Order: sequence, then structure tokens, then C-alpha cells
Amino acid sequence: MSTSVKTGQLKNHTSFIQSLRNSLTMAYRGVLKIRRTPEQLFDVTLQPIIFTLMFTYIFGGAISGDVQSYLPVIIPGILVQTVITTSIVTGVQLREDMDKGVFDRFKSLPIARIAPLAGALLADTIRYTIATVLTFSMGFIMGYRPDGGIGSVILAALLVILVSWSMSWIFAFFGVISRTASSVQGISMLVLFPLTFMSNAFVPAETMPKWLQWFVNINPVSHVVSAVRELTNSGTVGSDLVWSLVGAAIIVAVFAPITVRAYMRRT
Amino acid sequence: MDYKNVKKPNNGDWAVEANGLVKVFGDNKAVDGVNLNVKAGSIYGVLGPNGAGKTTTIRMLATLLRPDAGSARIFGHDVLKESQIVRQLIGVTGQYASVDESLSATENLVIFSRLLGLGRAEAKKKAADLLEEFGLTEAAKRPLKNFSGGMRRRLDLAASLIAQPPLIFLDEPTTGLDPRTRAQMWDTIRRLVKTGSTVLLTTQYLDEADQLADRIAVIDRGHVVAEGTVDELKHSVGISSLQLRVQNQSDIEIARDTVEHVLQVQATLTSEAAKITAPMANADLVTDLLIALREKGITLSEVSVQKPTLDEVFLTITGHGVEEKTKEAGTETKRAEAVNV
Repeated sequence: MSTSVKTGQLKNHTSFIQSLRNSLTMAYRGVLKIRRTPEQLFDVTLQPIIFTLMFTYIFGGAISGDVQSYLPVIIPGILVQTVITTSIVTGVQLREDMDKGVFDRFKSLPIARIAPLAGALLADTIRYTIATVLTFSMGFIMGYRPDGGIGSVILAALLVILVSWSMSWIFAFFGVISRTASSVQGISMLVLFPLTFMSNAFVPAETMPKWLQWFVNINPVSHVVSAVRELTNSGTVGSDLVWSLVGAAIIVAVFAPITVRAYMRRT
Repeated sequence: MDYKNVKKPNNGDWAVEANGLVKVFGDNKAVDGVNLNVKAGSIYGVLGPNGAGKTTTIRMLATLLRPDAGSARIFGHDVLKESQIVRQLIGVTGQYASVDESLSATENLVIFSRLLGLGRAEAKKKAADLLEEFGLTEAAKRPLKNFSGGMRRRLDLAASLIAQPPLIFLDEPTTGLDPRTRAQMWDTIRRLVKTGSTVLLTTQYLDEADQLADRIAVIDRGHVVAEGTVDELKHSVGISSLQLRVQNQSDIEIARDTVEHVLQVQATLTSEAAKITAPMANADLVTDLLIALREKGITLSEVSVQKPTLDEVFLTITGHGVEEKTKEAGTETKRAEAVNV
């Protein structure tokens, strides 16, 4: 063998660059896996189509008078709800993946500890992108024409993907600490339902009782929905966007370290 | 392909030094004070039945599991404090193939190579080279789901060799493999050591340890119960054992006394089968024994000679048998050698 592995001096820590490179390799693995088992994309393809159709026609008349005027309200709402929901799968799949022998090998390799996690989470942004594109496409087919223009729509899409990625750390944490994949699904749903439904995603907050409004207004999901609405419907950026980003950053700052720690402790 | 480029560890003598390793799972002391010293450049076998603590020990040495007590060093580097260094010195091949089922063989090796810092082209070349060496080139693109057990193991071993680590852990490398694949695996392992790597392998089979290992540690219920070269251990077990079955259950005590008296050894009884087992150090004495039994009027229903099996090693060393019956090939082939009189 002429090629030998470059390790240079033996070091007891991994540099940031190496962590990044390892994570990208792990993300590549995630992408390969998605390509090999396309059936795992069922949820991200069907959910946006079914949910968008269903919610728009069920709530449209009651909330906005007709479907057309409900579209600017519901599309950003359903977008956030759908894409965040698909991030649950990250935790479930991580759990399934970790039960396999290959994770032992990852642990025994001199790679950044965070890489297998970060890589899996990174690869899942593909799923969020698919869900985002499909939801917007469904809206477009149903007659939604965002006034903010294509640039703002792309920006809104990126925001939703970023937020879902941050949220996926929560589910990754459940994935790491749970015993079975189905319990991950269960706990995650329990967290997700109140977060997405007790928001302004489907119904204006003003129609709700005062105590509920209080929660809806501080719910980070509401801020994301408002930010997406602002962007797509008027092309403007406001405090909601800032709050969304701050919320996302806090989630990552809290859950990334505890997830990695739990992951390292688990055997 | 050679492995001459094996990284030089900074402490030459000991590849593994483990001191009083302990791991407790709930109430179960899986590993209870294991000491191991493995010389660099040797094959070291850890022999024991299922659940003896072999895998747990390896997992602690390979930084996959944190010991509850004790310490271990790999080429002088502490597995806890310098885990990331240790990981650069080891390759681990698990009991169950630690490769990605949903990917192809090439993809697996490319990903592991990339993780170990090889460039894109280098990784591809490395993967191709290793697949060729392990005779997997034809199956390179197939998904692993269609791989046989032996192919999976080989791929797993190949993956452990990417970085050419100076120490390789092989956890039961041939469990569940057919005899031919087993022999191939043994060849590969021997080849590894010729190139300077140290191998620490666990096995349930005495013959495997016999074939491969320079030194063996016998482990039982989390303890190392015997340690030495293959010859030393075999000697302590006796080369073969003599098994007698008496026709009348009531004769068994007298028969046992006779055996112990004539052969000058400790014999064990299996009362439900009316069977006596005794180490047979000197085959010539068996003639005397048979005559003595005849003189006492004891009728035998069966006489057989059995080469040492893991059961005997255990019986002799620990005073109790292997609890979990090992029905695998190793024991079976030995049984076939039994000679009926």
C-alpha cells in the first residue's frame, strides 16, 4: 500500500475543521441511505399534499370566508407545521440507526463525537426541503400567489428548513435517550402537537380564549409562522424573524450538547 | 498489499495493559476485575463461553464502554483520558458485523475511509484495494442485505484495516461461520500479524485459540481464571479425557474410586447418565483401569476418549461446566473424534 492514512501527530482532541469534515461525511452517508431507501420519503411527499388540501378546504370557508383568501394564512401555517412534523422522523431513524452495529464502529473511530449525530441531522434537511417545495407547489396549484415574490418565498423556505433542523435536535435527543423507535415517535408527537396546534398556524390567535392566546403568542412556532407570512405575503422582515432565529439558536444551544452527551453515555 | 506502514506506537512492549477492569450492568457483574497484558506483535486469545464478559472487556478496551473501575492502556495511552488517541491506534471488528446494512460494500469502505481522513480519490482506491484483498470485488456494488455471513465478516474486518491500526480487536471473528469461511478468516488473521499488527481476539472455541493465539486468557463470569501459552493451558487440562458409562447406576461410586485410584486423577460424575469423566494423561494406564474394573465386576456400557473441549477447560479450571451449552461446530467436531469401544 502506498497510501497511508494521514494522522500526523497523535492528538487527543478533534479540531473544528475535522468535526465539520466528519459531519459532512456522515451527512453524505445519510444522503446515500435516503437514495437507497426512497420509501422513507413517503411521509415528506404525501403529508404536504394531503394536509394542504385537507386543512385549506376544511377551514378556509369558516376562517377567511373562502378558500382563496385563506391561502395566504394557511400555506405558511401548514408549511411550518408539516416541515416541523417531518423532523420527528430524524429522532426515530436515529434510534433505529443507533441500534445497528455500525454505530459501534463510528464510536471506535477517531472522529468527532458529534459527527454521527450532526451528519444524520444535516442529511435530513433534504427531507425538509422536499416537504417545503411540495407545500409551496400545492399552494400554487390551489391558486396561492405570494405577494412577496420568489426571493422572499425562498428566504421563507430557508427559514423553515433551518427551524426544523433546530427542532430536530429535540427529537434527536429523544431518539438517543429512548429505548425503542416507537417510543420516540410517541414522546415527540406529545411535544409537537401542542406546539404546532397551539399556535397561529391555522387560526388567528384573536379568536382564542385569553389564556390560550398567552401561550400562542409566546410559542416559537407562532413566531416562525408569522415570519413566514410576512416574508411570503409582503416580502418584509420583522421582529418575528428575529425571534424565530433566536428560538432556533436556543434550542440548538440547549439540545445539541445534552444530546451529544447522552449519545456518548449510551452504549 | 502489505501493512508495513503500521503506525509506530510510542511504547513498544505492551499493546494492551488492563488492570482490574470492572463493569456492572444492574446486578450483573459482567466483568469483575480483569487483568490482561498483551505483547505488541502477538495474537492474544480471550477464551470463554457466552456471557463470560469477553465482549464487555473488549468494548472497554476499545473505548466503547466506560469501565466502572480499573484502568486500561493501549500502547501506553489511557482508554479514558486519551480515548481519542487510543481510537487512532485500534481497529474493532464486532461480534455482529459493524457495517451499514443499507449501503453497498464500496460505499461502506469509502465512508469509513473518508471519516479517517482520506481524500475522495484515496478513499475510493483504498476501498477497491481492500475489497480485492478480501475477495469481495464482485459483490462490491451489491447492497449488504444480500451478503452472506462470511462476506459480511470479511467486509467488517476490511473496514477495521483501513487505517492500518497497530492493534486490532476481533470479537468472535468466526462465530456462526461455516468451516471453510472460518479457515479463510484464520488465514487473514495470521497474515495481519505477520505485518506487525497486534491482534486481540475473543472466541468460544478452544481450537480457534489453539490455531491462532500465542497466549490465551480463559475468562469466566467476569474473571480471568487462567492465563498462559496454548501449551501451558492444554497441559493443565490434560491432553484428552476418558469417559466411561457404567451399566448399573449403583456401581458408579465404586467405578469412580477405581478410576481415581488407578489413573491417579480427579474424576467427575454425571449421575443421570451414569457417566464418569477423567483426564487421561497417560493412555497406557487405561489398560490397567479396564482390567481393574473387570476384576471388580463392573460392567461398562460405553468407553470413549475425548480430546479437550472448552467444556473440559472449564471443568478443570473453574470446577464448573459451561452453563450455556455451546452447540457450535467446535464442540461437535470434537465429539465426532470420540472413539467407541
